[in-house]
Amino acid sequence: MSHHSHNEVHTIGYGVFIFVWLGLVVLTGLTVVISGVHIPKVAVLVALLVAATKSSLVVNYFMHIKYEARLFKVVLLMGIVTVTIFIGLTFFDVLYR
Amino acid sequence: MKSIHALTVEEHRDFEGARLGMWLFLLTELILFTGMFILYAMYRLKYSAEFHRASLELDVVIGTINTLVLLTSSLTVALSIEALKRNSRKLALWMLGATIFFALVFLVNKYFEWSAKIHHGIYPGSQELMQRSLGEVIYFNLYYSMTGLHGLHVLVGMVVLIWLFVLIARKSQKKYVVHNPHVEQLVGSEIAILKGEKDGWLVDKIGDNVEQVEIKITYEPKAGEVDLPNIIKLENAGLYWHLVDIIWIFLFPLFYLIS
Repeated sequence: MSHHSHNEVHTIGYGVFIFVWLGLVVLTGLTVVISGVHIPKVAVLVALLVAATKSSLVVNYFMHIKYEARLFKVVLLMGIVTVTIFIGLTFFDVLYR
Repeated sequence: MKSIHALTVEEHRDFEGARLGMWLFLLTELILFTGMFILYAMYRLKYSAEFHRASLELDVVIGTINTLVLLTSSLTVALSIEALKRNSRKLALWMLGATIFFALVFLVNKYFEWSAKIHHGIYPGSQELMQRSLGEVIYFNLYYSMTGLHGLHVLVGMVVLIWLFVLIARKSQKKYVVHNPHVEQLVGSEIAILKGEKDGWLVDKIGDNVEQVEIKITYEPKAGEVDLPNIIKLENAGLYWHLVDIIWIFLFPLFYLIS
């Protein structure tokens, strides 16, 4: 959408937001239910996976990254990569000490 | 001799730039919270049994309610922006009001949650907490600092949303600033602005010591005109609010749901 003017107003639609919200509510229910099931080791990963899915819904639709120009996606990706390096290197250090 | 100088009035507005600036700020927030999440992860790795035991003391029901409250507030702020873009100011204000209400509900819940814990003698540095194992002490210290920092963000977001509610309710105003690089040419002249066909001209004299000519024109937009200046402000406030929501999306399972 980079050929658009910088000051244009984009609408997405009320329905899309309500649908996304329903998805978020269902995923919240899912995390609570799963936490009751005893699955050691993987439990944290499942919880984080659900949280990541919820976040991506919020980022893509509520924060409309999906509809933004490529520059925005690159900036966000840079942020995520930076944070992943922080977390990855710290884990690498702590686990193999 | 009379000469006429034309002054240019420019409106500088870059919505994409404003949004990009907001995103860059949000990345600094992301890095701030990541630091705390890393600290949490390392201690949870070391004291997983103690973290599990301590987490059982948190109220999952209140946590779940607060999650739903925050998710719904994200929906209402998104709907408010959409309504303002579609020029339904009334719906936008209702949705914004709902968002502020949910923010308040979240904070009140947090207040009751924290005061119940403090009442039971569990707070950083308390005698009761110091008698417990190190892992549990660390868990509760992290709980207070992370949900506290998040709560502070909710409070700031709520204040920003209230400010926007006032701005939108008051209707938009536009201001123009006129710059002329050769102000000395204007000494002793008069400045005239056409107010409207009926209202005629507004005339003012420019003094000898003129350094800059600044004309501020405020007017209310016509009915049916999209409220552009407020849309970008509300959109950026919305981005901040959604970030606060995302942080909670991670805090909730990590503190309340350790199985």
